[in-house]
Amino acid sequence: MTKVKCAIIGPGNIGTDLLYKLLRSDVLEPVWMVGVDPTSEGLARARDLGLKTTEDGVDGLVPHVEADGIQIAFDATSAYVHAENSRKLNALGVLMIDLTPAAIGPLCVPPVNLVALAEQAVMNVNMVTCAGQATIPMVNAVSRVQPVGYSEIIATVASKSIGPGTRKNIDEFTRTTSGAVVKVGGADTGKAIVVVNPAEPPLMMRDTVYCETIDEPQVDAITRSVHDMIAEVQKYVPGYRLKNGPTFEGKKVSIFLEVEGLGDFLPKYAGNLDIMTAAAARTAEMFAADILSGKLKLERKIEEAVQ
Amino acid sequence: MSQQDNIRGRKVKLHDMCLRDGMHSMRHQITLEQMVDIATGLDEAGVPLLQVTHGDGLGGSSLNYGRGLHTDKEYITAVASRMKNAVVSVLHVPGIGTLDELRMAADCGARCVHVASHCTEADVTEQHIGLGRQLGMDTVGFLMMAHMTPVDAFVEQALLMESYGATTVYCTDSAGYMLPEEVTARIGAMRAALQPDTEIGFHGHHNLGMGVANSVAAVAAGASRIDGSAAGLGAGAGNTPLELFAAVGERMGMETGIDVFKLMDVAEDRVLPMMPKPPRADRDSLTLGYAGVYSTFLYAAKDCERKYGLPARDLLVELGRLKMIGGQEDMIEDTALTMAKERGLIGHNSQAPATV
Repeated sequence: MTKVKCAIIGPGNIGTDLLYKLLRSDVLEPVWMVGVDPTSEGLARARDLGLKTTEDGVDGLVPHVEADGIQIAFDATSAYVHAENSRKLNALGVLMIDLTPAAIGPLCVPPVNLVALAEQAVMNVNMVTCAGQATIPMVNAVSRVQPVGYSEIIATVASKSIGPGTRKNIDEFTRTTSGAVVKVGGADTGKAIVVVNPAEPPLMMRDTVYCETIDEPQVDAITRSVHDMIAEVQKYVPGYRLKNGPTFEGKKVSIFLEVEGLGDFLPKYAGNLDIMTAAAARTAEMFAADILSGKLKLERKIEEAVQ
Repeated sequence: MSQQDNIRGRKVKLHDMCLRDGMHSMRHQITLEQMVDIATGLDEAGVPLLQVTHGDGLGGSSLNYGRGLHTDKEYITAVASRMKNAVVSVLHVPGIGTLDELRMAADCGARCVHVASHCTEADVTEQHIGLGRQLGMDTVGFLMMAHMTPVDAFVEQALLMESYGATTVYCTDSAGYMLPEEVTARIGAMRAALQPDTEIGFHGHHNLGMGVANSVAAVAAGASRIDGSAAGLGAGAGNTPLELFAAVGERMGMETGIDVFKLMDVAEDRVLPMMPKPPRADRDSLTLGYAGVYSTFLYAAKDCERKYGLPARDLLVELGRLKMIGGQEDMIEDTALTMAKERGLIGHNSQAPATV
């Protein structure tokens, strides 16, 4: 069966974990791994797995895009370089899946709004943050039953599972997540709290979602909706589990989650990274299916370079 | 040289916490009038620094930590405009508060910020320490739950905060677990490693009754800032009672600039009447210190005892075993639900079992 050819930019932990997921895909074929460091272990590993590699960044990929038929690229670098990467590849008609906090494209949380985004034929989608991927499906599970005035999420990740980039930019991480609780989750207002726990052995990612409904919460409908949504997320993140709840106290709905990773490349406790790469792969698969069926035709999108 | 020789003539800045850490004990419901009344009293008593924020710092008002009666902006503005000499400080925990909230605090008159992280995660504070300096604030790195990491690793984290621009770094005994020798070891190692002009602070809790003794040990080992609370108002069995420390300090020849009698009066006449009950190392607070658990967990653990009939002490010990850290208040309810189900106190749909 024909597959849509892909490139991954950023051969770090996320890029490598993503590569393993793409290698299993029925509709995606990873062809290029793009890095900037010739001694990178990630590039060497990608070469061993049969990918073409370049250490010259996106500029090293650009001349091969057409010849190799690359249609989707994943950016797992940083918010600072993403805009340039996206501009260069969009100009060649490559759809960009953004795993950085740059968020220049619409925010995507697959079980909530992927179908709608695929129909809009956007050329750049942003995967929010790991905290957003883990919690926003639950915010939506409540807000699709009845209006939510305020939602608050608390994400706790193992110290070993978050890298220097996220730590240096924890403010963007927090704000991007709060923003998405509202924009994608469907709450009127939202707040995100991030905690980094250094325990050894590392703790699995834990997430708590609180929603305050405007009217009295419909206990049965919300409980059903939460369980249905858990099942939706489990389709691409099998280790996504409801630990406790939903519990109801007045208008407050509390949902306690745990996210265990698949352990593709990253350890199982790093469910936060697994849910990001799995969501990105799922998003790309949805677009790829539309590309293969002829429903979606990627257009070249030319923008002025940012001065 | 004896400890007393080390201390005589030392200048020590006292930093009152009753309007921030005390917010936990008051479930974040202190009124603006109470804040201003206490803060003006502290100012008159010569307390040079006092902290005014939600108990969990800027942006802490939430379902997870409890909503404040007023916003941080309202509290800071009300207090800062009334200070003659005292500087208003704020607590800021990256991951909870954002940079915009720190800008707001500076605009409202806060001139000092404690940027806090767990004792192993200093590298999440770079942006916030940087902004504190940029705003011209007295910028302090605040390493919480200091007992949870070995001395050498702790000092590395202090050096990171210093490298980001913190001009003071704290050893923070959030669990009230440390003993004087452990304080001496950490403060001494920090003093040896940090630049001579970087100040060192100690923040104690009184869960094992060691707040004053630990603070004295900290000064002897090189600390020049000590946090405490008038009447001890603060999380767990409270903070180091500030008037007690000031009195001890005076007897030891420390120079704090505090009028001890005035400070005693603030504690007795303004803080004590506001408290639902005076802080005391009751069974659950003592457990915090004994098991090394974040002092603030006390309140939600007591709530769970009421809701599920699960002893707060058992829950706190379990949270300690699970290595939960400051900020993970959501895990108190989660752990309580799991334990209550295991013990048959609630059904699997989290409802109390029907009584027969």
